[in-house]
Amino acid sequence: MAECCGSGTKLIYACSGAADVGEIADRVTRKLRKEGDFLMTCLAGIGAGLSGYVQSAKGADENITIDGCPVACARKTLERIGVTPTSYILTDLGLVKGESPVSEKIVDLMCEKIKKAKGSKTVQERTITGGCGCGGKC
Amino acid sequence: MKIEILGVGCAKCHKLEELVRAVVGDTGVSAEIIKVEDIKKIMGYGVMTTPALVIDGEVRIAGKMPTTDQVKSWLTVK
Repeated sequence: MAECCGSGTKLIYACSGAADVGEIADRVTRKLRKEGDFLMTCLAGIGAGLSGYVQSAKGADENITIDGCPVACARKTLERIGVTPTSYILTDLGLVKGESPVSEKIVDLMCEKIKKAKGSKTVQERTITGGCGCGGKC
Repeated sequence: MKIEILGVGCAKCHKLEELVRAVVGDTGVSAEIIKVEDIKKIMGYGVMTTPALVIDGEVRIAGKMPTTDQVKSWLTVK
């Protein structure tokens, strides 16, 4: 769902790469979205240069990328349009590319590590009041 | 020229509409101005944060207010 007024908008992107860690990155991103802290949007839309995705990234308060490995396709896709995201790379958080079977346990573990690294501030930071979801700033 | 203002009715969306109408008036550009409040249509543009401004199908800005000069240049520079 789109966010009104551009206040406190945190967009999250997954590399969704072909490797096991890419699949885990995708699942981690979807889980974080479901928990309500972030709005997930399409990395492919940015790669394709679609103006809505590009401008939304430029207008967001924070962009977060979840990459499976240090190739960091998601982070670099954002950097190509001049946006510096908050970057998390799952191999930096302990996974080994090609040796990380996709499981709920690993997805949960990665989500916890990312939230811990982020200081678990997102839920408290995101105050939603009123009808438009702008946190009363509009 | 077709100008679409995307937003679900918040204050910034109204300000963007006022700004666009003022610039259209000042520049004399011939434009159809449409407000888009349907969230499905907004997301159909890939827009995740509003207000947003679409000119002839291209999203020029999303999630923040443009300046008057920015809008002028988008409407007048081909």
